[in-house]
Amino acid sequence: MTTTVTPASAGSAASPPSRAAVRLRTPRRPHSPGRPRRSVLLTVLTGLVLLYSLVPLVWLVISATKTQEGLSRSFGLWFDDDFALWDNIAETFTYGDGVFTRWLLNTLLYVVVGAGGATFLAVLGGYALAKFDFPGRRAVFAVVIGAVAVPGTALAVPTFLMFSTMGLTNTPWAVIIPSLISPFGLYLMWVFASEAIPTELMEAARIDGAGEVRTFFQVALPLLAPGIVTVSLFTMVATWNNYFLPLIMIKDPDWYPLTLGLNSWNAQAATAGGEPVFHLVVTGSLVTIVPLIAAFLLLQKYWQSGLAAGSVKE
Amino acid sequence: MQKHSRRLLRGIGLVCALALGATACGGSGDEGSGPKTVSESDVRAALDKGGTITVWAWEPTLEQVAADFEKEHPKVEVNLVNAGTNNDQYKALQNAISAKKGVPDVAQVEYYAMGQYALTEQLTDLTGFGADKLADRFSPGPWNGVKAGGEGIYGLPMDSGPMALFYNKKVFDKHGIEVPATWGEYVEAARALKKADPKAYITNDAGDAGFTTSLLWQAGSRPYRVDGTKVGIDFSDRGAKAYTDTWQKLLDEKLVAPVTSWSDEWYKGLGDGTIATLAIGAWMPANLASGVKDAAGDWRVAPLPQWQAGGTASAENGGSALTLPELGGNEALSYAFVEYANAGKGVDTRVKGGAFPATTAQLNSEEFRNTEFPYFGGQQANKVFAESAANVADDWSYLPYQVYANSIFNDTVGKAYVSDTTLAEGLESWRKASVDYGNEQGFTVEK
Amino acid sequence: MTTLQPPAAAGPRPAPPPARRDRRSWTGWGFIGPFVAVFALVFLAPIAYSLHLSLFRDQLIGGTTFVGLDNYQQALRDERFWDALGRVSLFLCVQVPVMLGIALLVALALDSGRLYGKNFFRISVFLPYAVPAVVATLMWSFMYGTRFGLVGDLNDAFNISLPDPLSPDLVLAAIGNIVTWEFVGYNMLIFYSALRVVPNSLYEAAEIDGAGQIRVITAIKLPAIRGALVIATIFSIIGSFQLFNEPSVMQKLAPNAITTDYTPNFYTYSLSFSGQQHNYSATVAIVMGLITMVIAYVVQLRGMRKGV
Repeated sequence: MTTTVTPASAGSAASPPSRAAVRLRTPRRPHSPGRPRRSVLLTVLTGLVLLYSLVPLVWLVISATKTQEGLSRSFGLWFDDDFALWDNIAETFTYGDGVFTRWLLNTLLYVVVGAGGATFLAVLGGYALAKFDFPGRRAVFAVVIGAVAVPGTALAVPTFLMFSTMGLTNTPWAVIIPSLISPFGLYLMWVFASEAIPTELMEAARIDGAGEVRTFFQVALPLLAPGIVTVSLFTMVATWNNYFLPLIMIKDPDWYPLTLGLNSWNAQAATAGGEPVFHLVVTGSLVTIVPLIAAFLLLQKYWQSGLAAGSVKE
Repeated sequence: MQKHSRRLLRGIGLVCALALGATACGGSGDEGSGPKTVSESDVRAALDKGGTITVWAWEPTLEQVAADFEKEHPKVEVNLVNAGTNNDQYKALQNAISAKKGVPDVAQVEYYAMGQYALTEQLTDLTGFGADKLADRFSPGPWNGVKAGGEGIYGLPMDSGPMALFYNKKVFDKHGIEVPATWGEYVEAARALKKADPKAYITNDAGDAGFTTSLLWQAGSRPYRVDGTKVGIDFSDRGAKAYTDTWQKLLDEKLVAPVTSWSDEWYKGLGDGTIATLAIGAWMPANLASGVKDAAGDWRVAPLPQWQAGGTASAENGGSALTLPELGGNEALSYAFVEYANAGKGVDTRVKGGAFPATTAQLNSEEFRNTEFPYFGGQQANKVFAESAANVADDWSYLPYQVYANSIFNDTVGKAYVSDTTLAEGLESWRKASVDYGNEQGFTVEK
Repeated sequence: MTTLQPPAAAGPRPAPPPARRDRRSWTGWGFIGPFVAVFALVFLAPIAYSLHLSLFRDQLIGGTTFVGLDNYQQALRDERFWDALGRVSLFLCVQVPVMLGIALLVALALDSGRLYGKNFFRISVFLPYAVPAVVATLMWSFMYGTRFGLVGDLNDAFNISLPDPLSPDLVLAAIGNIVTWEFVGYNMLIFYSALRVVPNSLYEAAEIDGAGQIRVITAIKLPAIRGALVIATIFSIIGSFQLFNEPSVMQKLAPNAITTDYTPNFYTYSLSFSGQQHNYSATVAIVMGLITMVIAYVVQLRGMRKGV
């Protein structure tokens, strides 16, 4: 389960912004008199890391231009004679009665409801942890982190049996409900809210007679905006890339998310009478990550400032 | 610091407290019952009444069969679901059975996997449905498969995989190598091929439980003895020795490509001639035709190499049945569909779609045997396959927990493919691990 | 673990007074309640159920019996489990420092202002994070092929013979490479964000002292982002101990190198889904969870106390 709801799983290493980062309010430097000299050597060295990051993606893009046969016969990092990208994309969307479109829409549903809900719960929870002293407050986060440490694959069967009893398996809810929890999001919002919302402002609102709900929506929420964008991007990635949980919960291809659908295409090659469609797996993978990358690029400004929580001004 | 640890403890305490409060879930009971009976008139009544059945299967040709069946019986709806291929589907089926919810009415199950479900009575015994009268309609290997080492009949065979040797004729011709008729010759051919072209391999093998058990089957080895919950496992008979001796040579001399079947690399190797033969089930032609289009015309089919010169022994490789899970519903209707698909009109539809039948009527029909395969340069490959199907020994049995045993094949025998461990040692550690598991699960396992 | 919460963390500078809180009341529960409720359903209840399961044994023949703590005894003596734990520990000791090291170096390079095309670097290095682990593993597996994959292509093109990344000796490194690829950019961004808010006044002071670049890094930058480093390490530990997606996808290509008990998490999965040993699987998962918690906690304490 954790494999699906937190970026900390699957060998990831997530880290919320540090406390030190958050505390400091000094405006950002241009740090010394006179900008530092640009260094070719340093650029080249960092360029190696860049190359490392991009080569596999280049491979994916190039491979997506090849036919099933072309994939087998041509050099991995160069184009085949047939340029089939557009055909592949068209085939990806029409193959199997256009089931890919259905998977895409499912994924969108899971992302909007699941990641949206996860962000909302994390914002509420983080706000509570940061701004209220309530009984059990300290226990909450201890339990959250403790639970994350338990291997998620082993929880899959108990979760499946529970969900099955509740009649949730094979429905979108089986994917959405577990996606609603983002421990990392909760932590990020906690850190963010303690810095971004001055307690004085909340008190002023209360003196004006605003209830807790109105204080939250009118005073707190606008101040939390950059943090919300950041958390929603991370929950979006987690939901978009969710694989293990749907694998267990969803048996009806009509409710597959993209990752599971692609995997079923990949597995098709291993079936007696099945047709290998590696070219569609590759093209489908590309189509799957393009929206995420686009979202990251478009929203760069917001999430980067959200991460650097300290850059928020009151 | 003390404060931290105290808080940590409190956190753990809370988790534990919740644990104690939530023991209400779970629990399971046995649902033993005698064989059911469903008569022909029951089936007819069910068809007239109509309804919906859910079928879990990954066999692609069933789609057309389901459509035809619905056309013939307008009140019936067949909900065909691909719940994953082989193992994935078994996991799903097992989960559904544990939850006692969402169990399909019909499920595709491979022969090697049937034992476990049959033994624990999770599949309906179809004897009382009239399945016992269909025995002579199917070839011996698959029929043995659906009996799953027990008394009942736990499904109707859908397809079968009598083995044959697929070989790349172009490669053999180019290097002037004879197509091997025995496994001894096969090793010679492998050496000759390697000598002629160091990049080419006689075949690929990266350790595959299904392949190994099939070759043992052909070699006359009977490693598994099953009598109810009493199980014996033994890889020391003559057949097993013949297999390990031969195959060890291929591994030692690096004559087989360590490429996993069904991988991208595998398809490439089949297409460019670097994997020159496949000893595999008769369902393979459709996969070659769709997955290795570039090599159309290069490949041919020959009888499986023999362990003794002049022999005709064969074995099954793969193949599956349609079964009725005990917890599914709508038995009469489900049986009607299964019979239609596997013993009735559906068979021809599936054969046309590229499936390999398990029914003798099709296997022996002139039309079937004379079919020319353009992919094999016009060869009437079905003659080879049908011959093989008739020569499968029907006294083979799998373990009642073969799915698990196969899942640890690469943990144990796999060592022989990547280290100094010999195949015989690998089989021995496979045996030990399988014995341990069997004992843990309550079987009485002896050597 | 509670030390992860911001107010409790010790830092290089004295902590400012904690935010003034409203009187201790239940109001906060109104906000955190929904999170806790869903959390209880999808995490705590399954964990509780697992604890329950871990006290029983279910056999194909013979059904379910209560066995007390037998499963735990078995787990403590289970070589397969300890081997798997040893493997991820090795992974942890090598892959995590490499990944975090590269991430830190890139973050420092970006922060130094001495790079050409800084923004391009920043976003490009981060992109792999958007690739699903399953797709990333499929991609790398395609490339690892020595016969027909990219490694094979390179061997042919330069007439060399690179070792097979999917052989038993190298496959752990091959997995480490995939994980590193996926998460370098992510960690880099965390470090970079932390570096961005180091106050100017500190640099000015260093300048007056005539401190060189290296000195600025070791004396100012690293201490300033220590919190980020520690938390990245902790999450990486949890991630390493839960390694699953990458080995499970790659197992199809390297079945002999990646056994079904390759990592603890993979082992629990195999026990549960191939062996139907749900009870024992739950036990192993709980033991593993406890070990992870203890180690993460120790790292946290040490990391926060010691200088970098």
